[in-house]
Amino acid sequence: MIEAYNLGQKYGGRYVLRDVNLKIGRGEVFAVIGPTGAGKTTLLRLLDLLEMPASGKVHFDGVDVTSHGQERLRVRRRMSFVQQKPVVFTMSVYDNVACGLRWRREKDEVIRQRVEGALELVGMTDYRDRDAKTLSGGETQRVAIARALATQPELLFLDEPTANLDPVSVSKVEEVLAHIVGEHRMTVVMATHDMSQGQRLADRIGVLVDGRILQVGTPNEIFTLPESREVAEFVGIENILAGVVSGKDGSLVAVDVNGSIIEAISDYEVGERVYALIRPEEITLISAKGLSSARNTFQGKIVKMSLVEPLIRIEVNCGFSLLCLVTKRSAEELNLTIGKVVYASFKASGVRIIRRWS
Amino acid sequence: MEAFIQALIKALHLIASLDPEVVEVTRRSLAISSTSCSLTTAFAIPLGSLIHFAHFPGKRALISVIQTLFSLPTVVVGLLVFIIFSRAGPLGGLHLMFTPTVMVIGQVILIMPLMLGLVISALSGVDKAVPETAVSLGASRLQMGLITLREAKYAVLTAVIMGFGRAFSEVGLAMMAGGNIRGFTRTLTTAISLETSKGDIELSLALGIILLLIALAINITVNRLQHR
Repeated sequence: MIEAYNLGQKYGGRYVLRDVNLKIGRGEVFAVIGPTGAGKTTLLRLLDLLEMPASGKVHFDGVDVTSHGQERLRVRRRMSFVQQKPVVFTMSVYDNVACGLRWRREKDEVIRQRVEGALELVGMTDYRDRDAKTLSGGETQRVAIARALATQPELLFLDEPTANLDPVSVSKVEEVLAHIVGEHRMTVVMATHDMSQGQRLADRIGVLVDGRILQVGTPNEIFTLPESREVAEFVGIENILAGVVSGKDGSLVAVDVNGSIIEAISDYEVGERVYALIRPEEITLISAKGLSSARNTFQGKIVKMSLVEPLIRIEVNCGFSLLCLVTKRSAEELNLTIGKVVYASFKASGVRIIRRWS
Repeated sequence: MEAFIQALIKALHLIASLDPEVVEVTRRSLAISSTSCSLTTAFAIPLGSLIHFAHFPGKRALISVIQTLFSLPTVVVGLLVFIIFSRAGPLGGLHLMFTPTVMVIGQVILIMPLMLGLVISALSGVDKAVPETAVSLGASRLQMGLITLREAKYAVLTAVIMGFGRAFSEVGLAMMAGGNIRGFTRTLTTAISLETSKGDIELSLALGIILLLIALAINITVNRLQHR
């Protein structure tokens, strides 16, 4: 449906986006996730033909639409964009939603039907005659979504659709989005810095860090099989340990991390410089060594404890630092306190090994 | 002081009794200024929008020039009009010198920079997201410009009224281009100038009061618009 080839953008001589290659299929929900300032909005704006790229091309339905002119307007009219902080025009909610249709010179009857349909979809029918400027943030966001949907776009861009909203509005907006995605099978490209939102709504995710797409995959792939340190950090893998493969037996490898050996499942050969990625929730704390059948068990001292409702986050120093999460109950049962010596244990299959480039 | 109060009373009487001369001069002033203001508006809004939305080298410099010309001296415009339209001038053949037409032309030149500049700043005052949103919703360049103007409507209206105010209250140009011909090109300001020098303080005061009242009305309107 829409494709980017080596797409790049510069602002003031500095690249904010580089060599982005993407193919998004019809009916797909694609989430661009990444930290604030990674270039997500710029990428969406380039795809929506709101900006001219500094380099690369955008194809829509297989046709190069990067060039100037009427063609861009014609293609842009098949898409819609909901901005991160949407503005409404100084007119009624109804007229705001009708704008895109009036600009396309649709018949009054068509406009009325589409506007009413869109307002109903976002649950704003009762607000149709309100001055749009008097709406709250969540209501404004829903009007902006209705306004974008009224034109029945083939491709909908959503830029951080819930970033500036309170939790109640977030769930309302997400409900609307899930409905659109589920019932209407619209192609959607959304930018979000919220990994869990991407997981909830998207078919595929592209991780954008520092202007580059680092990995594209299903939410599950991104979440469990990050390919780089940056992606791992972004998806919440808190233990990223630098080491070297020091031994190999079939698919089982031994990784030397600061003199300690971690066993993991991997194809990398001896001598390869790697990162061992371990999710905090994969690690269990036990009071004595023999209590776990897991391959990796390290003795260490608790150096830090903090409450992350409903869990407790514990940092254990085992020669290298390990972060783990335990329930309050098990912390009480094990009588965990700072300075106490414990054993941190995790399975070889709970460790992901990726190549370390630097 | 006694004489001044006497004159003031007579002046108020002239206004209240709708003295034919007072009414005639006031109507002409309003007619000439509203014509020039309408013409200028018709040019300044599209041209100002074009300058605001277009990207071209020298844009900042152009806007600086426009802003400098806000305080274009009226006599300089009078001189310019004289050079162009006097018998020996390039357009002398049109025989427009000392007619209301040439006064309108002069006023258009006079207030064009002011209105252009104010239209540009009115558009700059609109949230950048407005034109962006319009484009993303499928607006053409023209439709995007129109919605942005619509969002800036009070500031644009202010620009129009300010232009009218400047045209209405200036004297140098009206005197030089119109020639203060009674019953033809005499306006409120030129009449005041003449009657005062003739010693007819009552009439001057009456005309001055009308001028002030209209200026006051303009100011109140501008103030209200700016607080919307």
